[in-house]
Amino acid sequence: MQQGGVLAGYDPGNWFCEMLRPGQQSDPALSLLLDRLRLIPIEALRSRAADAERDLLERGITFTVYSDATAIDRILPFDLIPRVITAQEWRILEAGVTQRVRALNLFLYDVYHDRKILADGVVPRELVLGNAGYCQAMIGFDPPFGTYVHVCGTDIIRDEAGRFLVLEDNARTPSGVAYVVENRHMTLRVLSDLMTGLRVRGVDEYGLRLHRAMAEIAPGGISDPQVVLLSPGIFNSAYFEHVFLAREMGVPLVEGEDLLVKDGSVWMRTTAGLAPVHTIYRRLNDDFLDPDAFRPDSALGVRGLMEAWRRGKVAIANAVGTGVADDKAVFAYMPRIIRYYLDEDAILPNVDTCSCAEPDGLAYTLAHLHELVVKPVAESGGYGLLIGPHASKAELEEFRTLLKSNPANYISQPMMKLSVSPTLCDDGVKARHIDLRPFAVTGRDTWVLPGGLTRVALRAGSLVVNSSQGGGSKDTWVLA
Amino acid sequence: MSEAVSVSHHLIARHAGSALWLARYMERIENLARLLDVTKTYAGDGEVDRNWLSLLRINGDDDEFFAKHGDADAVSVARFYLLDAANPSSVQTAIACARENARTLRALISTEMWLQINVFHARIRALGECDIAPENLSAVCAMLKEGVQAHGGITEGTFYRDQCWHFYMLGRHLERTDQITRLIDTKFNALLPDAATDATIDAGECNALLRAAAGYHAYRREHPHGYLPREVAGFLLLNGAFPRSAGLNVAQLDWHLNQLRVRYHLRNCVSALERLDDLQSMLGNQTIDSILAFGLSPFLDAVQREVAALHADIMTHLCGG
Repeated sequence: MQQGGVLAGYDPGNWFCEMLRPGQQSDPALSLLLDRLRLIPIEALRSRAADAERDLLERGITFTVYSDATAIDRILPFDLIPRVITAQEWRILEAGVTQRVRALNLFLYDVYHDRKILADGVVPRELVLGNAGYCQAMIGFDPPFGTYVHVCGTDIIRDEAGRFLVLEDNARTPSGVAYVVENRHMTLRVLSDLMTGLRVRGVDEYGLRLHRAMAEIAPGGISDPQVVLLSPGIFNSAYFEHVFLAREMGVPLVEGEDLLVKDGSVWMRTTAGLAPVHTIYRRLNDDFLDPDAFRPDSALGVRGLMEAWRRGKVAIANAVGTGVADDKAVFAYMPRIIRYYLDEDAILPNVDTCSCAEPDGLAYTLAHLHELVVKPVAESGGYGLLIGPHASKAELEEFRTLLKSNPANYISQPMMKLSVSPTLCDDGVKARHIDLRPFAVTGRDTWVLPGGLTRVALRAGSLVVNSSQGGGSKDTWVLA
Repeated sequence: MSEAVSVSHHLIARHAGSALWLARYMERIENLARLLDVTKTYAGDGEVDRNWLSLLRINGDDDEFFAKHGDADAVSVARFYLLDAANPSSVQTAIACARENARTLRALISTEMWLQINVFHARIRALGECDIAPENLSAVCAMLKEGVQAHGGITEGTFYRDQCWHFYMLGRHLERTDQITRLIDTKFNALLPDAATDATIDAGECNALLRAAAGYHAYRREHPHGYLPREVAGFLLLNGAFPRSAGLNVAQLDWHLNQLRVRYHLRNCVSALERLDDLQSMLGNQTIDSILAFGLSPFLDAVQREVAALHADIMTHLCGG
């Protein structure tokens, strides 16, 4: 294949490359994009990348990293070369994500009501009822439309054959959607010539869709419900995203101190006195939401909020207690959960996952430790995991001891096979691993934002895409 | 036909307070830059200490300053006001607080406002020893003034004029009212321990005072025959067209508070409006001669106290305390 410009010398190796797509019939839009990339000198791309980086910093499109005494605003590094999803691929992804969200909501309704799936032995009772994410206060509570997971982020990877596989569901307060929209704005600012004439689906609808869903779940009988976004405050690492979402929805960005429960209802403190609040899109973890119901020391939440919610005076999104559904150990059962409630096969298969809580799973994991990825179920952000093939003998032995001491805390998966995408690096445009997190918004129905967040592992060979571990992001183009 | 501004949109009380503080801190930066610049320009050989000292007194910073520094000269005072992040009256503190308030308001202010404050913040944080060298001081002061003026221009052109804007403007006018009284007070009081008299203030000082407040040319237009310190004080304090006079800023406070009361039905404005009445009658029923007869310095102190009380009242009754 003739290559020039920024793609000179680019070699994806044996991985599935999202840009070159070996073995696939060439898509005209992708071919056009490739031709354009080949015409851009690498110096020009570098200078645009520098513009983009400065722009992100100046705009404060940042997350905050805290060390002992300092707070540093860091940008999520942005790679200019977009990740492309064809219309046909998107149909599968959209249907697959929607299916999972339906199953997650049905599962949550069931485990907080009749527990049929436990009675039928499809998912172990202890795994659910003894789970740290299972919330007693949710038992018997009926959220509108049976929706618990109003915003869901599904982490998806792609193997060597180009098959999409689900790595993880994020059903609590998934973040990253602001970058999806801001990355698109950035592309249009610094690299719009790349997109000219291509039909790429827009991402600007997110705020409207989210607001609509929040209005749908508001207590009945209110014509123009007041929605607010509840943030832990300006020092939260994801504060930029909270600002972004409040702005996109056109609703107040509040903190716990701005709200109170009075006469059973929720109010916000305004310049004109107290004003009623009907839906709270909260970006605060369950534990901090209400000091009466959960952590009594939480100064971030609102006293009495859970009670107001249970009495139907206010709606909260996402619902409390969804952590039991996106738990890494429950994840292993997702294909069975989907079949149980929907009588369908999973459109998007899981990455094979062994629960070490099960004796077979533990035995298999111990026997294949050097070829598996082992993750603690309660951690997120890529912390505390073992990547077998990259670990030394000593590290493997150390982890073996750790694993045996608390097997229920771990799951194992085969070495992830993430697809790659050409990415601007110090030594030229190189293949770097990427994943995808589409965002699904659910009120009455589910809507999936076209595309999602493409995260890229900027270190050569790295499979860890988390922002806290040297990851960046790319604009994600869904072709119309 | 124009589209009506929706008055049903609520403003979180805490956000109203942040808007007010944002404006105050930004005003402070410009004011400090003006004072440093003009002090630097007019600090003649024999008067070095006295001029720099008066700058410290304007802000009531003598104690804080002398706890850290020996002599008040161009470099030590510039370091204190431009570089010292631990000094609550420094531009470092002001821009940090302005940015924190802007960050709180980020969903309400325009993207352009946030962008400029963020870049300005980085610029001010990067100031170092070489910027406070006497030969560079004017350039730094110009950068600071221009930064705040760019902020003002962007705000004027992009900030949606609903409730939040009115609170922002209240902050600006409160700060300007306060600052002009301090400026007058230093020149007419600190410099002259025995009551101000025309004979003891020379043209150079009048000139400096008017330039610090950006009022020099306007004053010349109003008073083409020369300087009378009495008239300079009257101009700075009471002139109805000069953007930094106490009189004009108090009139603006009145307008914004009334907008909040009438258009947005903020009944809690009533107590602030009553306080403002006192301030307005203090300024409105006076001529500069009657003020001088009462004593300029006590009068300026009284205005500062009223401004502080009005600020406190607005915070308590409208901004959630």
